[in-house]
Amino acid sequence: MEKLRVVHYINQFYAGIGGEEKADTPAELRTGAVGPGLALTAQFGERAEIVATIVCGDSRFNENMEETTAQILAWVAAQRADVLIAGPAFNAGRYGVACGTVCSEVTEKLGIPAVTGMYVENPGVDMYRDKTYIISTKNSAAGMRDAVKKMAPLALKLALHERIGASVEEGYLPRGERVNFFEKERGSLRAVEMLLRKLHGETFETEYPMPSFDRVAPSPALKDLSHAKIALVTSGGIVPHGNPDRIEASSASRFGEYCIAGLDTLQSGDWETAHGGYDPVYANADPNCVLPADALRRLEKEGVIGKLHDLFYSTVGNGTAVASAKKFAQEIGRRLLDSGVDAVLLTST
Amino acid sequence: MKLELGYLRVTDLRFGSPSAFCNGVLTIDAEAVRAMILENDKVADVQLDIAKPGESIRITPVKDVIQPRIKIEGPGGMFPGTISKVDTVGSGKTYVLEGMSVVTAGKIVGFQEGIIDMSGPGADYTPFSRLLNLVLVITPAEGLPQHEYEQAVRSAGLKTAVWIGELARNAVPDRSMIYETPGIREGMALYPDLPRVGYVMMLQSQGLLHDTYVYGVDAKRILPTVLYPTELMDGAIISGNCVSACDKNTTYHHLNNSVIEDLYAKHGKELNFVGVIITNENVYLADKQRSSDFTAKLCEYLGLDGAIISQEGFGNPDTDLIMNCRKIEAKGIKTVIITDEYAGQDGRSQSLADSDPAADACVTGGNANMVITLPPMDRVIGTLDYVTRIAGGNQNSLQPDGSIVAELQVITGATNETGFNRLSAR
Amino acid sequence: MVKEIERTGLPVVHICTVTPISLTVGANRIVPAVAIPYPMGNPSLDAGKQFALREQIVRKALNALTTEVTEQTVFD
Repeated sequence: MEKLRVVHYINQFYAGIGGEEKADTPAELRTGAVGPGLALTAQFGERAEIVATIVCGDSRFNENMEETTAQILAWVAAQRADVLIAGPAFNAGRYGVACGTVCSEVTEKLGIPAVTGMYVENPGVDMYRDKTYIISTKNSAAGMRDAVKKMAPLALKLALHERIGASVEEGYLPRGERVNFFEKERGSLRAVEMLLRKLHGETFETEYPMPSFDRVAPSPALKDLSHAKIALVTSGGIVPHGNPDRIEASSASRFGEYCIAGLDTLQSGDWETAHGGYDPVYANADPNCVLPADALRRLEKEGVIGKLHDLFYSTVGNGTAVASAKKFAQEIGRRLLDSGVDAVLLTST
Repeated sequence: MKLELGYLRVTDLRFGSPSAFCNGVLTIDAEAVRAMILENDKVADVQLDIAKPGESIRITPVKDVIQPRIKIEGPGGMFPGTISKVDTVGSGKTYVLEGMSVVTAGKIVGFQEGIIDMSGPGADYTPFSRLLNLVLVITPAEGLPQHEYEQAVRSAGLKTAVWIGELARNAVPDRSMIYETPGIREGMALYPDLPRVGYVMMLQSQGLLHDTYVYGVDAKRILPTVLYPTELMDGAIISGNCVSACDKNTTYHHLNNSVIEDLYAKHGKELNFVGVIITNENVYLADKQRSSDFTAKLCEYLGLDGAIISQEGFGNPDTDLIMNCRKIEAKGIKTVIITDEYAGQDGRSQSLADSDPAADACVTGGNANMVITLPPMDRVIGTLDYVTRIAGGNQNSLQPDGSIVAELQVITGATNETGFNRLSAR
Repeated sequence: MVKEIERTGLPVVHICTVTPISLTVGANRIVPAVAIPYPMGNPSLDAGKQFALREQIVRKALNALTTEVTEQTVFD
């Protein structure tokens, strides 16, 4: 029995090339398994083998999506892959987008099934959940074993074109496709037990999440820009030198409020970035490239805008829980309203 | 109200004379049953047949499935207001012939009868493949209007179930269960610290061929009201509808309501099962608003902490379901809804026609649009003529080799919304 | 965060590089940025040109704020 041929896509970090500073690594093709590919190989046993690993820097991928994807597709096709595995990306946003893109493109353009792994809040999930299979993972590499244990069997099933079961059976994140399966208990008992958990304030999982149409109606446009007070908010983690509020580099639990009254620019050395999810070199060299205070001050002087608000708000968007970000923004929004701000520029990295 | 159910295990079913129930073997004198049914001149002919689990048999088009029971002690008889005289049932003692059923079948009435396969992949999706089934294939009198035909079939099925039940009058149950619901005051005194839970049961009542009867009253004419759970066990509610076979509550489902069984199992231990609130699913918006208002009001009046809401059917009743859920939750009462889904054959469409964030706890009986291939069976009881026209089938459903490619919708009881089955979806 | 601030009624414009994420998440006014580590900068340009680039993006963002939108819009 010939082994199934698997191609694995990983980023520069998992290939051992380097961290953020190497996020611009160009795509490269290597033979055999690399990094987490070894764990996958152990799970495959005799049934499959990783014939090639494609490595690419996360920033390189996200900033050159078209040409990088084309190159990767060519490589995957040449390898005669039965299935493609990407990541797992856990909660890394750019890595998740890269994995999701590679998987969906490989499936759509080459007809090769693919599977990746992400934490439920990875932005790649909402973008790609219905275009490929995303195994649900923990939010950090501590969940590698767990992820590999679920990714490998699903990859084999996909490679063999077997029927894929429901999300809870196979371990993938719901992908907008309802799949029938048989539970251990009958529905009435599941309902009674769910009700008891709900009555006791315990967590429970609905079997059918009501579709939520969470869109916010666009706010009315500014009428008079030249008299408007504009505020800056960033998830890029720009903070005063030394990070006095100790905003975390990842999974922020707070935001900061900082004063820029009288400043024409954000001086390098006075400010820095706390964000651990991108190469900090540029932001530290010129914080204005993440929080464009200098440009707004100039426009204020020219009378294009009425006023640049004295305070800006900053947090770190790296792996920060959606619920937390929501809370921060609600508070920030409140303070901005109280200060008579008319509009907001929110920058992200 | 307290009811003791004595369960009699039926281990075999056969035709023969005299009719008897002895040592688990049910012998039916087919001619006697036939003669009884033909007393109704609306029925031109009836054929009796037997289908056993594992046999290569397909029964179609199925209308109702009924379990024979007999009242031994206590007021009233089975199916009050329909077969027996009007009386309040649900107390005393009733025997249950467990492991068999009466299945009514015959020429199509509406578009929505179903299929029961006794073996093969289709058997996994219906609970009735595991029963010894006495099938009545009924031929209506010439030119009989549809609603009269439906009534004749309904009557024949219920009468036969009662007739069979009578055979067990002197039998000795293999096991017994006692189901008891205290009155409000007594219940509060007995279980002061247990959460008060009610069962809101939605009944299909969309009109001709889509009706349910409560003590003989057409459910579309009722205002939501309260029943003791045991009343259903004596046949207070019977099915008069032929909605998509997969999520129609057969009379068997009403008699054996699994929400009631599972709530009783925890009654007095983890919860106080206060009672059943029945409501309907009418076709007018004002009726939907009135019924859901009443249902929520009754839940509040009974001082419920939580409620399980089960639905019947789909489409516009999804609005009734969501209205009930939203209004009950708005009263601070926690709900779990049980429904099924019509998410399209690819599973990608919105499963319910309506939605509300308040419905945050949902149990599903599965996607009824899932396509299934039912292999040919050696024998068909009924007729295959209508397979292409029943809901869930299409003009290409019946294959030349006799197999059927259709949606799960066609299988009787497949996605039942009282949580009768283990089928689910994610 | 963009949506929460917008919920207060303030017009918000999201300046970001990976605009598809912003679209999915639900921002209404979106302006594409240069690159992830430097959304409004470019280390290959001298200071003067970088500032001009930054001002250009900011002007685009301000323009977005003064433009009525009925649905999610990326201001290229």
